[in-house]
Amino acid sequence: MIEPKHIDRGVGPYFCAIRSLIALLAGALPASARAEFAVNLPAPASALAQQIFDLHTTILWVCLAILIVVFVPMAIALIRHRRAAGHPAAKFHDNLKVEIAWTLVPVLILIAMAWPATRLVASMKDTSKSDLTIKVTGHQWKWEYEYLGEDIRFISNTSTPTTQIDGGQSKGEHYLLEVDRPLVVPAGQKIRLVLTSSDVIHSWWIPAFGVKQDAIPGFIREAWFTVDKTGTYRGQCAELCGVGHGFMPVVVEVVGDGEFAAWKQQQKALVAAATAGATKTYALAELKALGEKVYGANCAACHQPTGMGIPGAFPALSGSKIATGDRSAHIDRVMNGKANTAMAAFGAQLSDLDLAAVITYERNSWNNATGDLVQPADIAAQRSGSAK
Amino acid sequence: MNSDAIALDDHSHAPSGVMRWLTSTNHKDIGTLYLCFSLLMFFFAGALAMLIRAELFQPGLQLFQPAVFNQLTTMHGLIMIFGAIMPSLVGFANWQVPLMIGASDMAFPRLNNWSFWLLPAAGILLISTFFVPGGALAGGWTMYPPLFIQGGIAYDIAILAVHILGVSSIMGAINIIVTILNMRAPGMTLMKMPMFVWTWLITAFLLVAVMPVLACAITMLLADRNFGTHFFDAAGGGDPVMFQHLFWFFGHPEVYIMILPAFGIVSTIIPTFARKPLFGYVSMVYAVASIAFLSFIVWAHHMFTTGMPLGGQLFFMYTTMLIAIPTGIKVFNWVATLWRGSISFETPMLFALAFVFLFTIGGFSGLVLSLVPVDIQLQDTYYVVAHFHYVLFSGSAMAIMGGVYYWLPKWTGHLYDERLGKIHFWLTAVAFNITFFPMHFLGLAGMPRRIPDYALQFADFNRIASLGAFLLGASQLLWLYIVIKCVRGGAPAGNQPWDGADTLEWTQTSPPPYHSFVIPPLVK
Repeated sequence: MIEPKHIDRGVGPYFCAIRSLIALLAGALPASARAEFAVNLPAPASALAQQIFDLHTTILWVCLAILIVVFVPMAIALIRHRRAAGHPAAKFHDNLKVEIAWTLVPVLILIAMAWPATRLVASMKDTSKSDLTIKVTGHQWKWEYEYLGEDIRFISNTSTPTTQIDGGQSKGEHYLLEVDRPLVVPAGQKIRLVLTSSDVIHSWWIPAFGVKQDAIPGFIREAWFTVDKTGTYRGQCAELCGVGHGFMPVVVEVVGDGEFAAWKQQQKALVAAATAGATKTYALAELKALGEKVYGANCAACHQPTGMGIPGAFPALSGSKIATGDRSAHIDRVMNGKANTAMAAFGAQLSDLDLAAVITYERNSWNNATGDLVQPADIAAQRSGSAK
Repeated sequence: MNSDAIALDDHSHAPSGVMRWLTSTNHKDIGTLYLCFSLLMFFFAGALAMLIRAELFQPGLQLFQPAVFNQLTTMHGLIMIFGAIMPSLVGFANWQVPLMIGASDMAFPRLNNWSFWLLPAAGILLISTFFVPGGALAGGWTMYPPLFIQGGIAYDIAILAVHILGVSSIMGAINIIVTILNMRAPGMTLMKMPMFVWTWLITAFLLVAVMPVLACAITMLLADRNFGTHFFDAAGGGDPVMFQHLFWFFGHPEVYIMILPAFGIVSTIIPTFARKPLFGYVSMVYAVASIAFLSFIVWAHHMFTTGMPLGGQLFFMYTTMLIAIPTGIKVFNWVATLWRGSISFETPMLFALAFVFLFTIGGFSGLVLSLVPVDIQLQDTYYVVAHFHYVLFSGSAMAIMGGVYYWLPKWTGHLYDERLGKIHFWLTAVAFNITFFPMHFLGLAGMPRRIPDYALQFADFNRIASLGAFLLGASQLLWLYIVIKCVRGGAPAGNQPWDGADTLEWTQTSPPPYHSFVIPPLVK
């Protein structure tokens, strides 16, 4: 068990002074609703984050000490050795002993710093003896979580409404740091993440856990964390991944064992419901209504809510050949994507029902009025066709 | 006697008007061209920064869609590095290296003309990408694939532009190396060269070594984008992280390419206004050489979050920490140069002193970032943005400003307006810190870089940073005014306006004759 430490130890008072100074300086500025002047790493929630916090505090003290040693003499020289004060210039320009000293002393300081850092790097790398392994896949611009061996797999999308982003509606408490389905993990267990990506490089990051790991297409990377305190922890993608990079939050809910077991049951029920849903036949209005939601979460960042795309970068769907032409070509493009573009293969990400709904929506929105319906069964048929 | 000989030869062969500049092979004219070009690019890329800070003034998307915002950040970085900082340092080299070593011109005057005139071509190509379908480059100046492979035609144009810039840099670097090694005045041994010349000699070797690596990496990108290769495409057996290794093998020495000549400028200014020789000249030379050597073996510290093996992370952490030693030696030597001097505070000196202090702050944040576990928290956050602006703005850019004030009297023959210069300095130094110091806090608190919109807890510091940035931007207009005013007229500077200066350029008239050092001076 990790002994919870008081995090304001070390440079705490120093930081508090800075904080109040800045608050004073900014006093003239209009304060926004929930803004705060955080000047340090967030409160650590894992042992790793705690050690990182402490290491950072130590190195900051070392820097402060060096700062004083270097700049106090400089300040004295600037005050006392001024020409205006009548100070004559000395002629010396070498001193071997001093030069050897200020080469060797930093070496010793660095060795002292390298030792704890080395131990910490080694423990961050140690993903052995984990209790639960979760595969994290980055997609433009959402995270997919798969609980290995549990048959639980879902996609976690940002849930901040675009109306909050463009200013039409006031911003919520967790603006840009909220998702529709968070990653849920049990408290006190060692969680091992295996990370990859389906398109470009992303980076999965929760500051309070001390975990930031790039998700790289074609490769598997590992990270781990153990968090004892239940609660909701927030972070976001840290590697530039295209237009949606700023809108790709990571939210983790740490829950007790009992709650985690109940959550798993609930997920399995959802999977069963989705499987049942895939066999039904839907009306146009039903598919369009669902499709609009799927479109908003997956397509609108590039193709825009208006279906007009961004000329030159992302094609318009309104009036496009694919969205108004052959139905199975349209299904194929959405399911399999287009190589070397940001158009992902959504077949691997979305359920048959979601795919059917979004394709139906695209074929019957904006200037597109094909009247075509795509049912989940059509998607399933095309899946098995392409599997051959 | 010397001046008579110069006067005899001072009938300019150069055509007048535009053709003087287009066809010039004179190191002073070409130096001026480099400096003017970089000043123009500095203002263009600075304007992009103003737009970035305007969008980030408050949470939400107000002015730009994310696609445009990403273009602004990418082009700001690319143009500041390749269009503003690097060419301005080459401009300094063109003006100062021949004057400081007592040479009549650069070794390859026509190559010199060609190196410069490639730049506007590349600059126009880069800026033109704002007007092509899909907009300008938006994948970050680091050009990481696979994101880079997704982009439109702008990405291919940018690759061409960077190639041209690379060719220009390599030719410029070769010219500087050959000039320094072959054209020094009689008696000027290597260890008698002014510090500025030393830093440029080492920088030029760095350029020759790493620009071809960048050229290879972006050519592979071009092939991946257009010719169906899979160097960086995992689906075809490639490795996206390989690009990062190649890029940073170029990119880290590139950082020193931008800072070493700045060290040289500061090492010239401080002894002048402390009226005391540079302390530890020999150890300064070895420190610069050590930094240059180490710059080749630290590159992967930009990639700690890619998930290297333990051994790799430790190796790059240790080598990165080692850089603190030669860098520390430089700072200690500057302070020792000041110690018991007879110090005065003209504008160039103010910039040089601010450089020593603020660059050291950037060095400290670099030391913090060198520790792998801490770096993993701070990688790709605003902490990194703060760090590299402390070394690139208060480092390179403020050293360049100091250098401009220092040598403007020599270049133009006029004294600049000292009072306005000091106002410009204080505005710049204060606004810079208001802009970038809060970014340390933003990064620590968890704000990623390169995002067009942010969570509410980051709002206050962002607003402060934006206000600082607007002041910083506006202050540079004052600088432009001071420079133009000085070029157009002012009190005559005389041969040596700074009583503490002792390098060869001050033996020449101000401005120096079109062909200086026709008879090489004798250095004792």
